[in-house]
Amino acid sequence: MRRVAIVGAGLTKFYRNVQETPKELAYEAAKMALDSCEMKLSDIDCVVNGTAPDAFDGVHMKGEYLSDGSGAYRKPYMRHYVGGGTGVLSPIHGWFHVASGMFDTCLVVAEEKMSCAYPHPAGAFLTIFDHTTEQPLYPTLIWIFAIEMNRFMTTWGYKKEDIALVAVKNKKNAIDHPSAQLPGEITVEDVLNSEIMAWPVNRLDISPTSDGAAAIVLAAEHVARRVTEKPIWIDGVGWCLDTAYWCTRDLYYPDYVEVAARMAYKMAGIKEPSKEIHVAEPYDPFTYKELHHIEGLLLAPRGKSVEMLKDGYFNRDGNLPTCPSGGALGVGNPIAATGLMKIIEIFLQLRGEAGKRQVPGKPTCGLAQAWGDLMQVGTVVVMRS
Amino acid sequence: MAKRVAIVGIGTTGFRATTPDVSYRELTYEAAMKAYMDAGIEPKDVDSFVSTAEDFFEGYSIADEYSPDQLGAVLKPIYTVPGDFIHSLASAYMMILSGIGPISVVQGLSKASNMLTLSEMVTFAMDPIYNRPLKESPHAVAGLEMARFMYETGTTREQIAKVVVKNKRNALTNPYAGHGVLVDIDYVLNSEIVSYPLTQMDIAPHSDGAVVAVLAEEETAKALTDKPIWIRGIGWCSDTPGLETRNWGEAIYAQIAAEMAYKMAGIRYPRKEIDFAEINDEFSYKELQHLEAMRICKKGEAGPFTAMGGTEINGEFPVNPSGGCLGVGNLFELNGGHKVLEVVRQLRGEAGKNQLKNVTTGLAQSWRGIPTTTGTVVILSN
Repeated sequence: MRRVAIVGAGLTKFYRNVQETPKELAYEAAKMALDSCEMKLSDIDCVVNGTAPDAFDGVHMKGEYLSDGSGAYRKPYMRHYVGGGTGVLSPIHGWFHVASGMFDTCLVVAEEKMSCAYPHPAGAFLTIFDHTTEQPLYPTLIWIFAIEMNRFMTTWGYKKEDIALVAVKNKKNAIDHPSAQLPGEITVEDVLNSEIMAWPVNRLDISPTSDGAAAIVLAAEHVARRVTEKPIWIDGVGWCLDTAYWCTRDLYYPDYVEVAARMAYKMAGIKEPSKEIHVAEPYDPFTYKELHHIEGLLLAPRGKSVEMLKDGYFNRDGNLPTCPSGGALGVGNPIAATGLMKIIEIFLQLRGEAGKRQVPGKPTCGLAQAWGDLMQVGTVVVMRS
Repeated sequence: MAKRVAIVGIGTTGFRATTPDVSYRELTYEAAMKAYMDAGIEPKDVDSFVSTAEDFFEGYSIADEYSPDQLGAVLKPIYTVPGDFIHSLASAYMMILSGIGPISVVQGLSKASNMLTLSEMVTFAMDPIYNRPLKESPHAVAGLEMARFMYETGTTREQIAKVVVKNKRNALTNPYAGHGVLVDIDYVLNSEIVSYPLTQMDIAPHSDGAVVAVLAEEETAKALTDKPIWIRGIGWCSDTPGLETRNWGEAIYAQIAAEMAYKMAGIRYPRKEIDFAEINDEFSYKELQHLEAMRICKKGEAGPFTAMGGTEINGEFPVNPSGGCLGVGNLFELNGGHKVLEVVRQLRGEAGKNQLKNVTTGLAQSWRGIPTTTGTVVILSN
């Protein structure tokens, strides 16, 4: 098994209703990633594409449609997805391509244009539910997350005003992110006073729907050393899916995240994640989800994450900064591109190139995680400088 | 490449025009159980899984949600490739070589009988700005491509009809095939014209079914089975999705994917070093176009070669002894799965009445259908 590094990254701005076509978004991110490491398309051996449901962009076989925009013209090209976890699966899938010895370089592109689903992608989300047992109820995504959030709060006695701190932290962090869609200084009251979507989920507990794309360049060790002085190594990968029958699970704890994290930690040789991980980007499409995932990633003891959050442990200058980018809540949430945005944030943090977002203490080991489908996917990547 | 990887088990439901008695999850379950029994393993022994699904074909957004349960993959590494089955096979192959674990499982499925608006769906795959406003039917694209192929290579309409006659006849003796029939060239030529020069008989009808394959790295493979089928070479390639930017006469994607697989397998003269092939024939002319793209025939030679019987079961280079897509049915993402299944059956000597004699190396090739230019190739040896 060969060592694989991220050597370049590109990220478009995240917007609602961009003018660019999905293909153009993919092109923009791919071009930025190649330019960032002074590589050309001819240096790229293969391309992988991560993008979630076709219904967002409104194109059947979306992977095929995006292929030339992603730089895959006449190259080995493969798309993959695991719902919302796709963005962090993308570098994992690219990692196979290089670690297996089949290719030396791989361009990884993740794209999502949710505004094509007009007027709102919530309509497209209806089609993720089981056609016999769930769709007749016309569920929305927010309902099922309200169920999960409620269960999470009830189990540990968490309060809504405490969980709202996640939105305050992330939207503030996002002020320093050039791609951010919804940055801002808000207060806990703002979150609590925002419209209730499905109790206990308020509007400001939810990440926005976004359009955007992200791309990274992966290289085998011998190429990476030539391309850059600061390769960031992918040292651990883990992913898994839990059962689709989510009603049969206790939602208070994300087992799927723990299983994926343990797989990645084992590969990276990490024994005490809360000490060895210096900076983390857990997936935060909803406020409570960041805490839910921090516990699943074994970065906080179960039932203790809120206490640590209140102590500032997860702030950018805290012991373990989480979502220093601003996360999905602040930067925006173009599903697959968000996961790769998180990978790129860790890449920049470990390189010391995150600018105003840079966490102190020269971090050398970071983690990005995403989650999706019917609350069933965990995808985790551990990276080291 | 340090390690070798083999297919150690494969299971299928067979392929039927319609399957009202089972759900798509049950199709996968049946194929998976057969594959695990064939390999002598249980789901708990599997280290990673890859499923194959395309949202609009499955009728779900992010269709990967419904992949783990019926495969026994709950809380295990699994993801979905919205591509051809052979894409997934390549993905699993790379996972094994990357050290994720010695055993990987690949799943593919077709429940085409559930699709009520297939033609509109295919149109929906075209570029929303440049191609979709033309409102072309998928068969119009195939008709144009067929005309260009005939013009560039001098292939005749009768030679192409021979592909239909051959494949549909082969399917009669394949118990897994659902569309076998005995017809002659005139019957094909006189069937209804769908998009000139394409007739109704040139188009593969749909089928439902599932295939699950178990892959293992060398040591595990040898421990599990006496008949490992080795993956010697694998390739995949996407040309251009746009109708206006592609080469209409040639299948560049098949050429690049095949050369990638040949290079990996160390094959220089595919016609000599490969014994037979299962090639995508969703449209009859595609079999000939792909044969030429993959250097099994020279340009313009595939038509006469077929007309002379060179690709028959007892011919010099048998092509689609199973009956191909024309005889078995168009299985969409699963097309590659059916091809791989047939090559494995032939190499194991389990192909029954359609068994070829003394075959050691076979090629399975697939194409993702209109409007794509994406193809996959895998070379298998016993």
